[in-house]
Amino acid sequence: MKRSTVLFSLALTFASAGAANAATLDDIKARGSILCGVSGGLAGFAQPDDKGNWTGIDVDFCRALAAAVFNDPTKVKFLPLTAKDRFTALQSREVDLLSRNTTWTSSRDTQLGFNFAGVVYYDAQGFLVRKAAKVSSALELSNTTVCTQSGTTTQLNLADYFRSNNMKYEAVVFNTADEVIKAYESGRCDVFTTDVSQIYAERLKLSKPDDHMILPELISKEPLAPLVRHGDDQWFDIVKWTLFAMLNAEEYDVSQKTLEQRLKSERPDVKRLLGIEGNYGEQLGLTNDWVVRIVRHVGNYGEIFDRNVGEGSRLKIDRGLNKLWNKGGLQYAPPIR
Amino acid sequence: MSAAFVRMEPLPPQPAPFAATGMWGWLSRRLFATPGDIAMTIVGFAAFVLIVLPLFRFLVFDAVWTGKDREACVNAAGACWPFVAAKFNQFVYGFYPYEELWRPNLVFAAGMLLLVPLLIPSAPFKRLNAILFFGVYPIAGFVLLTGGNLDPQRFVLGRFIRISDYVDLDAWRGMRATFWIDFAASALLITLAVAIVARIFGTRISASLKAMAVIFLALAILIAPVDADFGLRWVETREWGGLLVTLVVAISGIVAALPIGILLALGRRSEMRLVRWASIAFIEFWRGVPLITVLFFATYMLPLFLPGGANIERLVRALIGVALFSGAYMAEVVRGGLQAVPRHQYESAAALGLGYWKTMGLIVLPQALTNVIPGIVNNFIGLFKDTTLVQIVAILDLLGQVRAAFSDPNWSSPTTLYTGFAFAGIIYFIFCFAMSRYSLFLERRAGTSALRVEGAMR
Repeated sequence: MKRSTVLFSLALTFASAGAANAATLDDIKARGSILCGVSGGLAGFAQPDDKGNWTGIDVDFCRALAAAVFNDPTKVKFLPLTAKDRFTALQSREVDLLSRNTTWTSSRDTQLGFNFAGVVYYDAQGFLVRKAAKVSSALELSNTTVCTQSGTTTQLNLADYFRSNNMKYEAVVFNTADEVIKAYESGRCDVFTTDVSQIYAERLKLSKPDDHMILPELISKEPLAPLVRHGDDQWFDIVKWTLFAMLNAEEYDVSQKTLEQRLKSERPDVKRLLGIEGNYGEQLGLTNDWVVRIVRHVGNYGEIFDRNVGEGSRLKIDRGLNKLWNKGGLQYAPPIR
Repeated sequence: MSAAFVRMEPLPPQPAPFAATGMWGWLSRRLFATPGDIAMTIVGFAAFVLIVLPLFRFLVFDAVWTGKDREACVNAAGACWPFVAAKFNQFVYGFYPYEELWRPNLVFAAGMLLLVPLLIPSAPFKRLNAILFFGVYPIAGFVLLTGGNLDPQRFVLGRFIRISDYVDLDAWRGMRATFWIDFAASALLITLAVAIVARIFGTRISASLKAMAVIFLALAILIAPVDADFGLRWVETREWGGLLVTLVVAISGIVAALPIGILLALGRRSEMRLVRWASIAFIEFWRGVPLITVLFFATYMLPLFLPGGANIERLVRALIGVALFSGAYMAEVVRGGLQAVPRHQYESAAALGLGYWKTMGLIVLPQALTNVIPGIVNNFIGLFKDTTLVQIVAILDLLGQVRAAFSDPNWSSPTTLYTGFAFAGIIYFIFCFAMSRYSLFLERRAGTSALRVEGAMR
């Protein structure tokens, strides 16, 4: 998720010199589809199902964009990108946006020349241990062996955490996530650390997932956000407000089920959201029923969360930080008015 | 005087000693004859017990054969084959649209039908077969896989004049009239220019005209089928994946590498300094950079340097990179073969009055290439496996698709990973082993194998 970016910032320095800033929305309309850079395979975020259809929360976000622009969630093409090539692909206009579990950091937002359009998923680094080890807090992990993936900030966060708490540990580092979980399973290490969303996915690869538990301590902030290139504010606004629309829809209880009924609602904020009052969609360069399109075809934020990573999926990740602000979480969208 | 006893008939043969007969004898002769043999036998037996048996147990006896999702495999000790079955289409075709799968299937089948008789020396119609395989098949395969209908707008003249201002004709089967008028007019003008140049420099005009006619006819034959609209839906290369991509990259790399390699090898041994230096520079450049760099550069850096409109598809860019890269490697293999051809072969050819191309084509290259069949096939096999590096530039080949499937929580289980890699390994092994066996067969046929040489000397 968070690889070294030195090489790419170098490459991008060349890139930004020549890139012209044509209107992305016009390109998309002329092309008839949105080009969406996703992960090549990350459970719950972007991965092909048995029939070859892309599924996941990152994928559904791009579908929502296609629904808003074209009233057709299938008018989006997914380009699986590796952590290494994702930024170059966005900069070289291979894709219109990245929706690829990318952590929002200051250097990516500024030096790499991207704009992050709000947080789709608040992730954090956590620890997985065997229940048999009888550990209840990460602070008890002194003198343990920890398995992790190389070349990610996971490794750095781990070192920071143990050092600042004066604990000793031995890191066992592997190249791919698959190797890490296999090493943990074979008993090569006591602790497995990566982002919590991924721990849930990797845990399913163990023969007895219920024998393992995630410790309550979260040792880093990983706000995963979709991003676009600098220099096209209209497209940036559309991506940003598509996410806000999905959050607002959940807040006002507009879901795929309740949509028809809520269209008759007398509440002014719902009327504004669904484009019955005002012309907020047109102000964005879309149509006024843009939110109706998003909810009808893809659903609100709560629905895509539940379907892809929550209770409705195999991962069964707790909403946690991703609850709406009025339910004790961090997900908060500015109002549409 | 004593009567001497003379035995009149030979003694009946004794049975062979127990240690040399039957099962026991076979064992002692073959497996336990010397201390070294004993050690080897033990090592071999241990390898069999420790590696081959568990492998079989994992892949066959303990494997799960049916199931709908991870529940079937989560407690299994063996391979999770329903995972492969569920993802099989993705492993073979990637994201190629389901209802269009007959197209890659047809391409696969036609390829087999044309390739097999080409590889069997006794099969008839070799020339026709070769024309079909190397000439018609790539174009037909391209049209079938992509959908064709490229619809080129301008040729040469069209870049200066807007032909649509003068003619107004409907397209016929997707072929734009303005383009073909442009093509014909440009061809005529260029031919005329060549004729004038030929006249000035005293080159034979008829030969020049003939050459131009051949070039433009070939171009027309090449462009027409990819321009025409056969009513096939356009399938972008980004939707391709799996074994389809592996084969497309490998085969186009293999087919392109040999001619490129031969030309470069000849260039490197050329007596013209410019040609020699250019060839050396080209070969050393491509050998000096890793394939990953080439692919990365071709995919991400090139579009930044090219003018905005020049958008070549990602897979095509990777194909060109792979072809040039493997061509440079092939050049050195071929050069090795050229150096093994004795000097007197060149001199005899010269004595017969053969020119450069005839000397090379008829005398030197046939000997040089048969000498290096193992090296060439070695390169092909290496290239086949190197194709998996296209994952670097987000093209999912067979291995890429397999790895992408690991993340599907529907199929997450302890053995999913091993099953996927085992499946990919089996597929790669089938192709590489077939290539290697065929190269042995070719060597024997060409008479360069060690056995044949010894036989001839006896």
